[in-house]
Parts: sequence; structure tokens; C-alpha cells
Amino acid sequence: MDKKNVPQDNVSTYANNKKAMYATDSAGNYNVVASSGWKIEEEATMQAVHELERMARDAYSRVKHGEKSPLFFHMYNCRMDLQVLSESTGFFKWRIKRHFKPSIFRKLSDKILEHYGDTLGLSREELCTLPEQDMDKDNG
Amino acid sequence: MDRQKAFQHKHFAHCESGVMSLMMTHHGLPLSEAMVFGLSSALMFAYIPFVKLGGMPLIAYRSRPKSIIRGLQKNLGIKMQMHTFSNPRKGMEKLDTLLQQGKIVGAQSSVFWLPYFPPEMRFHFNAHNLIIYGKEEDQYLISDPVFESSQRCPAKDLEKARFVRGMMAPKGLLYYPRHVPRHINYKNILPVVIRKNAKAMLKTPVPIAGIRGIRALAKSIAKLSTKNPRWAKLFLGHIVRMQEEIGTGGAGFRFIYASFLQESAAILDNQDLEDASRMMTAAGDQWREFALMAVKGIRRKRGEAIDFTDLQEKLNSVADAEAEVYHTLLDTKPA
Repeated sequence: MDKKNVPQDNVSTYANNKKAMYATDSAGNYNVVASSGWKIEEEATMQAVHELERMARDAYSRVKHGEKSPLFFHMYNCRMDLQVLSESTGFFKWRIKRHFKPSIFRKLSDKILEHYGDTLGLSREELCTLPEQDMDKDNG
Repeated sequence: MDRQKAFQHKHFAHCESGVMSLMMTHHGLPLSEAMVFGLSSALMFAYIPFVKLGGMPLIAYRSRPKSIIRGLQKNLGIKMQMHTFSNPRKGMEKLDTLLQQGKIVGAQSSVFWLPYFPPEMRFHFNAHNLIIYGKEEDQYLISDPVFESSQRCPAKDLEKARFVRGMMAPKGLLYYPRHVPRHINYKNILPVVIRKNAKAMLKTPVPIAGIRGIRALAKSIAKLSTKNPRWAKLFLGHIVRMQEEIGTGGAGFRFIYASFLQESAAILDNQDLEDASRMMTAAGDQWREFALMAVKGIRRKRGEAIDFTDLQEKLNSVADAEAEVYHTLLDTKPA
């Protein structure tokens, strides 16, 4: 890539960080150039972020309506899916799916709840409730 | 004794090659990131539909995590000490001990749990690499190659990031060199690693790696026209993200490799390699054109058709361009 073409689009997803890119100068020699981001990359990133947020929002309302346990929401809110949660807890998928049922979730032992909490970075209290904020923004 | 030598953070395009470049340079063997990348034959392509990341097939533009470290050990005679841990507390204690000895320590971590990453960039990717070079109170001093300046990370967050479970789980991996050679016989090594990489890209036994992998991905794109349009768009976005955002992205790796070829051309005084470098740059540019086309496809409103055949053709022409570089490299006679 020519140095002149190194994107400097100040993309939001970099949050003022820069990425090192290899680019050629006028003599064709390679150097590292700091890029403030490419809006094409930003669009792809935001597409993925929006998809994750959409899933978290859906999950939020399903938990609110009592169809699913709070675990279901926290999984998506932590940008995970069943596969990632299963891999990161070591629990089988079918077992986690059972824990998505509110009636079963309510009866889970402290040990299991603690394990979920550790994996998702939540206290037991947080894990067992829905956050009150509205689900349009957030995630950190 | 390393303590006397002030550690200097540097900004790199990619985590693993950046960590190794900085670590080797710190230990008296100056190696550029591009050199590290090339010497470990790290350029790759793989499209693995049956391994899913967040519901999407795995697309890799470089060799497997840790293969750069392994490649350097094998090709340069560097010896690395690696530690993994089943007990996080022990893993943190070992880190502290090593830091007290004045070592700079490489570590594998998750991206998601590192608080200094921008929120939009935090995905569950567990094979990130960074250098820990000190500790002040409860904060670790971190040289993360993909950041412009050095970072700080609270102990409990670093512990979490080092000990996530799941795909490519880091298991608290720590590493540092035990032996670093003073001299490298570039004239012998470079032709070997270049040929090895070119062969790996051209002559893969499986149809999902190397040039054949790029064509397999192109074929899957053509098939998207029969899929749910929303999923098709997510798939295109996924390709671009894997290419541009994760690590340094696919095009980025092509430019790093082009830089490596240029450096090699100067060391070996070989014009063919200089030409190959220029061709590789052109291939990288084509990857970026492909990303641009894919994102334009994503932008289409509902009901507007995306021209998947167009994207397939573009990707096939990227494959052609790359294949030509590798053929040139295989034909190159070492000087």
C-alpha cells in the first residue's frame, strides 16, 4: 500500500487509538505508518457490534417476559453465544440450555452460580438480575 | 542484568510478531517485525467452514497462534522458555517472580477482558500476545504491540484475561528467551523460509488452505445468493473483519510480508525478491479492494441484490495475484 493511501478516517471503533500499517514511500520502500482507521473496517466492526447488541436486546426482553433466565441475557451482553459460554465454563451446551429456564436457574447451587459469575465477570447478584438501564447503549 | 537496559515500547502491526521483534531486539538480536514474520513463514490463508467463531467460519490470514514463536525457535535457534498454569494464582506469582528478576515477559491473553482495549474492539479472541515489563502497586505495565503507547492493566483484569477458558485458551502462558543467538546466517536461512512459505501457500494437501483456501472462500461467497440475505451480509462483514480488524488483518499481513521480501532482497542483493515484494504489495492492495466491495455489498438496502459473482471474481483474482508471487518466489534462484 502506498503511504498516501493509508486510511486516516479517525474511526470511532479505535477510540483515538492508532494501528500500525506497512506502507511504501515514494521510492517504494516500506515503513510503518500509524493509521487512525479505515471507515470500511469500521463499518464491518460496527455491523458485528450491532448484531451482538441486537441479540442482547432480544435476550433482555425475553428474560423480562419470563421466558428465559437472566443468564441468557448476560451471556449475550458479554458478547458470547452458547458455544463460547460452553467453552469458557466447561459446561455442556445442553446443561447451559437447561439453566436458561427460569425455574431451573432459580434452583442452581451457589457453586454453579459462582462459576457463571466468574466466567462472565459478574457478582452473584448481578448474574441473577437484569440491569435496569435501557438496552440501547452500554457494553464495556 | 536486563534490568539496567531500559525497556522501550514500540508500535507494531501484529501482536505475536511484534512481541517477538521487541523481545529479540531487547535481548540483543535486532529483528524487525517483518523479519520475524517472514523468518517464521507465518503468511497463510485458511478458510475452515467447520470451525466456527461466533457462528461464523474461521478465516485466517496467517499461520496458527504461537507458530511465529515456534518458527523462530526452529529457524534461528532461539530457545524460549514457556510456562502454562492450571492454577491462576500460581500463574500470577510466577509472573511477579519473573518481573522481579528483571525479565520482560511475553504473555498470551484474551482481548475481551483487557480494559485498555476500546469497547468496540473487545471480542472473545484468546490468542492475543503482549509483553509485561513491570509492576507498580497493583498495576502491570504492559507493552501491547498493537497500541501506540504502553498500557497499564490492573492485576485482577490481567489475571482474568490470562486465564479465560475456551478456544485457544491461553492457560496463563508466559514466555521469555533462554538463549538468543548473536548472529544469524541470513544468506542460508532466508531462501529456505521463503521457499517454505511459498510452497505452503501453493501446494497444500487440503482444499481449505493456501491459494486453494482463497478459492474455496470465493466459491462460498458465490453461494451466498441462495442464503438468507441478512446472514449473507453478516458473512461478508465477518470476512472483512477477519481481514482488516483481527490482529492486523489479511491485507496487512501481505504488506508485512512484502516488507520482509524487500528487507531480504537488500540482504541477499537479489532483484527478484524486490520484484516479488512489489507484486505482494499489489496483492495486498487487491485484498483491500475486495474489502471495499464487500462492505459496499453490506450497505445495500433490503431488496437490493448484492452481486456475489462479482465478489467471487474479485477474490479469485486476488488468489491469482498471490499465486503469481509464490511462483515467482519458487523460481527465484538464491544469490
